[in-house]
Amino acid sequence: MKNNVNRELPDNLMEKMDYKPFESVEIGNPVVQRVAPTVRVSNGENKIKDSLEDVVKENVKDGMTISFHHHFREGDYVFNKVMRIIIDMGIKNLTLAPSSLTNVMNDMVVEAIEAGTVTNITSSGMRGSLGDAVSHGALKEPVIFRSHGGRARAIEEGKIKIDVAFLGVPNADEMGNANGMEGKAVFGSLGYALMDAQYANKVVLLTDNIVAYPNTPASIKQTQVDYIVKVDEVGNPDKIGSGATRFTKDPKELKIAKMVNDVITNSPYFKDGFSFQTGSGGAALAVTRYLRQSMIDNHIKASFALGGITKPTTDLLKEGLIEKVMDVQDFDKGAAASMHDNPNQQEIDASWYADPDNKGAVVDKLDVVILSALEVDTKFNVNVMSGSDGVIRGAIGGHQDAATAKLTIISTPLVRGRIATVVNDVTTVVTPGDSIDVIVTEVGIAINPKRQDLIDRLAKVPGLPIFTIDELQAMAQKIVGEAKPLEFTDRTVAMVEYRDGSIIDTIKEVKD
Amino acid sequence: MEIKHTAIAGTLESSDIQIMLSQGTNGIEINLESDVIKQFGDQIKQVITDVIKDYGIDNAKVKAVDKGALDCVIKARTITAVQRSIDATEPNWEVL
Repeated sequence: MKNNVNRELPDNLMEKMDYKPFESVEIGNPVVQRVAPTVRVSNGENKIKDSLEDVVKENVKDGMTISFHHHFREGDYVFNKVMRIIIDMGIKNLTLAPSSLTNVMNDMVVEAIEAGTVTNITSSGMRGSLGDAVSHGALKEPVIFRSHGGRARAIEEGKIKIDVAFLGVPNADEMGNANGMEGKAVFGSLGYALMDAQYANKVVLLTDNIVAYPNTPASIKQTQVDYIVKVDEVGNPDKIGSGATRFTKDPKELKIAKMVNDVITNSPYFKDGFSFQTGSGGAALAVTRYLRQSMIDNHIKASFALGGITKPTTDLLKEGLIEKVMDVQDFDKGAAASMHDNPNQQEIDASWYADPDNKGAVVDKLDVVILSALEVDTKFNVNVMSGSDGVIRGAIGGHQDAATAKLTIISTPLVRGRIATVVNDVTTVVTPGDSIDVIVTEVGIAINPKRQDLIDRLAKVPGLPIFTIDELQAMAQKIVGEAKPLEFTDRTVAMVEYRDGSIIDTIKEVKD
Repeated sequence: MEIKHTAIAGTLESSDIQIMLSQGTNGIEINLESDVIKQFGDQIKQVITDVIKDYGIDNAKVKAVDKGALDCVIKARTITAVQRSIDATEPNWEVL
């Protein structure tokens, strides 16, 4: 069968996994049923355990679903510590359901797959040796990729049923009250982990810092936690996020950022009380800098900034140019520290952030978002998942969710090395073109034809070259030449869900 | 035309290609490393081969490490490597 972005989906898997093909970015008003976790009743005695081995032995059984969060990013010690024990105990057929997988986890996951410990994975993304292994058919069952909002939805509706969540935290008291803000390895918002804490049947906290009861502010609450295990170190603080944020000096990135800012400030959304989300890439950080000046010049303040937060954004909060920061994760130390100090920086969980099956998520109120892309095609579909060689090397993150903003801008160079970014058809559709409004490259912009209002408005902006998306594609191809199409086998190695749980595309095994 | 000795041109910076030419006996043999080998491997080899043949060289071993170079870069680096390998002091204007 084909879905609404013209992708051929494997009938047998669609039926076996009970999936619907992607139809529309409109969610509508369906009535959904949520699930609740089982609770082993406790008055809180003896929650603190010395032996992680014992906790794993008593709680993790063959065939279960286990989860982790990725807030420690490349500084994570918790994942490998727990997985080492699980593999060594010979536990089999687990489903791994972390909020995402970072590079420090790759080799351990590959080992767990080879050992038969892990037979299913659902994640926001994967890269490196793990992406390579999966793309070469290491798993029998296809990986399921979900956005951050999609994961929250899947957990709430029971599609992901977490048996045991292992959540690393930089502090916890003896009952399990914990936050991400104090201790050695701090990362700020616990946004993604809050889903696991709320919905997992068993919640195991790992911490290197047991503090006096009651520990406040409590992001994870004692009512949710079964065990607290003291470990030597939960993470490497130097690798959790980039330390000092460096502003790019790359003239290409600066040119793109300047044009992104021109698009935003000339759009109908740039007015007092607007809201925005930016990513963490070089161009996105530069946009924040240009936007700051435009806000000062025009006496405009933002009502809120959303998403993964960086220091340039929290600086605007401090400066009074943004009223509130709605914070699901922090990309650097500055942003994490700011959450501790500034009551206007609100920690939000993944459901609050982006869940489509909700009574309203923050993304529903979002005016402007700047997102990146590995590829964009002439239908405005975006790929952030598979690389130029067809191998999995990315993550959906909040891409699909934030792209539902009123003005969705993709900032991307026209070519990267010899790889065209604007192409006829993306390798993998992750975010449908229907939710994308403007593509900004160093040579100029392309506006989705369905946004005639934006075309009319931006046509009047001096020094902002406007092309059709087909013209951008032709320019890119003229520079790099015509690429030979990638070759794949018929075997599906991953299913990519749209945020509503329908299938937007699949990823096939690469042929080498 | 014969290759006199091994010569190298280009760097391992992104968007560049490093070409190492040495004497060969079995036609033009190209050992190519590239992140874009699947999409552009044939094209890269074709550009290198064309340049070498334009110099009238029939036998050469080529080690090419590509970092996403465009055709114009590949051509320039290959010309430089050939010029060095044949101890040319003047450009071969016909090839350019």
